Amino acid sequence: MDISRREFTKIGCKIIIGATAGTTIVESLITNSIAAENSPVKGGYNWEEHFWGYVVDTRKCIGCGRCANACKLENHVPFDEEVYRTWIERYRVKKTSLETREEEVVIDSPDGGIEGFVDDIPAEEIKKAFFVPKICNHCDNPPCVQVCPVGATYTTKDGVVLVDYEYCIGCRYCIQGCPYGARYFNTEKGTADKCTWCYHRITKGLLPACVQACPTGARKFGDMLDKDSEVNKIIDEERINLLKPDLGTKPKVFYIGLDREVK
Amino acid sequence: MLDNLIWGYVYPNESEIQWSILIVLYPYITGLVAGAFIASSLYHVFGKNEIKPVARFALLTALSFLLVAMLPLLVHLGRPERGIEIMFTPHLTSAMSGFGYIFSFYLIIVVLEIWLSFREDIVKKALSSHGWKELLYSSLALFSFDISEKALHDDEKFARKLAIIGIPSAAFLHGYVGFIFGGIKANPWWSTPLMPIIFLMSAIVSGIALLILLYIAAMKIRKHAIDHKCLQSLAHYLWIFLILDVTLELLEIISMKYASREDIDIINRLLSDKIGFTFWGVQLTLGILIPFILLLMVNFIKKRDTLKMIMISISCIFVVIGVFAMRWNVVIGGQEISKSLVGTLTYVPVFFSQEGVLPAIIIFMLPFIILRVVTAILPPWKDMEEETQKLK
Ligand code: SF4
Ligand code: SF4
Repeated sequence: MDISRREFTKIGCKIIIGATAGTTIVESLITNSIAAENSPVKGGYNWEEHFWGYVVDTRKCIGCGRCANACKLENHVPFDEEVYRTWIERYRVKKTSLETREEEVVIDSPDGGIEGFVDDIPAEEIKKAFFVPKICNHCDNPPCVQVCPVGATYTTKDGVVLVDYEYCIGCRYCIQGCPYGARYFNTEKGTADKCTWCYHRITKGLLPACVQACPTGARKFGDMLDKDSEVNKIIDEERINLLKPDLGTKPKVFYIGLDREVK
Repeated sequence: MLDNLIWGYVYPNESEIQWSILIVLYPYITGLVAGAFIASSLYHVFGKNEIKPVARFALLTALSFLLVAMLPLLVHLGRPERGIEIMFTPHLTSAMSGFGYIFSFYLIIVVLEIWLSFREDIVKKALSSHGWKELLYSSLALFSFDISEKALHDDEKFARKLAIIGIPSAAFLHGYVGFIFGGIKANPWWSTPLMPIIFLMSAIVSGIALLILLYIAAMKIRKHAIDHKCLQSLAHYLWIFLILDVTLELLEIISMKYASREDIDIINRLLSDKIGFTFWGVQLTLGILIPFILLLMVNFIKKRDTLKMIMISISCIFVVIGVFAMRWNVVIGGQEISKSLVGTLTYVPVFFSQEGVLPAIIIFMLPFIILRVVTAILPPWKDMEEETQKLK
């Protein structure tokens, strides 16, 4: 048979395009179906029956740092690295004379607040001060999931945003994409990492470690599909706010008593 | 030590810069690719005959840089061995996921384009050489040796069509790199719809400048006179694209400042403090303003080709430095502001490390080595030297 050069090129192109497209389609079909079948936790827990939510009452937080400490212990987050799944911010608004309307706000979170805070500004200079615990918002419209090039970051049916450590390629795009600084790079695994709302605990009916550890009840966790849950009650009754609501990320961490300085 | 590098309040997880100098290199290299390709299209598609001497050389340059464009990304991954998953299970809402495909598609176009425009040479070489050379060139010719008038004519037609697809894909390849940054709403310094087009314009600018420099260097090495008509016409295009480029870059800054949204304080601090020098000094003054004036003068000076050549070379050196600064200001600058919008941090490059300056230098030298090899196999010199004389 006499194949001309042109036909040869044509056939070649077709084979290449066909082969790449084919493998991709098949691969993604397989991966998707596997993901759909395997809810991460089996045995009694049905992820279709829950949808988790989190409330932070900033008025109650005393900045003791127990939550951040408990989180690092529970989730083996290295204590000697500057990485946090949850942390506490301290805001101090300084007194200014009435003429200057500019406010000076000092914000800090030394070591994520794990060791608590020291008073390095005399009390008489401070107008108001408060603590704000921070954690991954498990956004309903999560930019971190949107930007992951391989789908290693995903949202579970029960509304938790997780990282698949076996799949993440470590490009760190999600860390750039999260507006809240909730993600960090796990140097040991070579992947992205973040708060899981203690998925291993909540699927067994336990509370996340930080909620469990908080002595004042500033952190609350619960099922938004359960109309009697504490989280739902607060959302229904209190005036709540979200972090950076203008970005459209639809956070599922709801704040009570959020000041305008908090971003 | 860390404390001096941080100003204001940054989120605790932000104490480390995630995307290092390698990620600066990545858009820089893809930009050079897109620019060189578009320069060659000026001849292949738009029939600008003055560019003909460097048209094929530009394609080879594009290929050499394209072959390493993936490397900085790959080296930077936490798990490089899984990098290929981008091809197998792309997550399509991610701007980054298309990279593998766009890259491969573009590679195919560039290779085909090169093959078609060099086919006559390849076939002639195959027919006139022996031994391993014959084998090399015959296989490069895909064992089809038809170089009749008609076949060549068909080739040319096909090459033109390819180049027509090539332009939008080059634009796409690079505009898309811009979107990787422009699509991140979390970062006020990145998140602008202008980003892709700014990236594209600066890509074209850097690609043409690089091509001019390589052309002058190649002719000096080969001791051959320079085709000043070609050189000046390239410089002319460079000048035009510089104008487009600077217009867009300024437009972005002006609209940010004018709109003065909540992030303006941190942007101002970024521009005056963190990247003040690299932005106003290197990117805009050295990289755009000075070349712009020099090239403008080149347009007015009569005769005096050598002087013009010197002015053009200086402009081009400044332009490639300026565009590198632009990539730096975007990639590093964007990470030097905290997403808390009330703090900044500082990137301190390290020399020896997986993501350090050394690997960046090595990666950036590779395309020049590749170019040396490719031009040995497929010499583009004939068209570059046709119109001019050999120097003594
Ligand atoms: S807070 Fe950040 S990491 Fe958490 S879901 Fe939202 S974007 Fe993702
Ligand atoms: S670092 Fe991992 S999880 Fe994050 S975007 Fe990259 S591949 Fe996805």
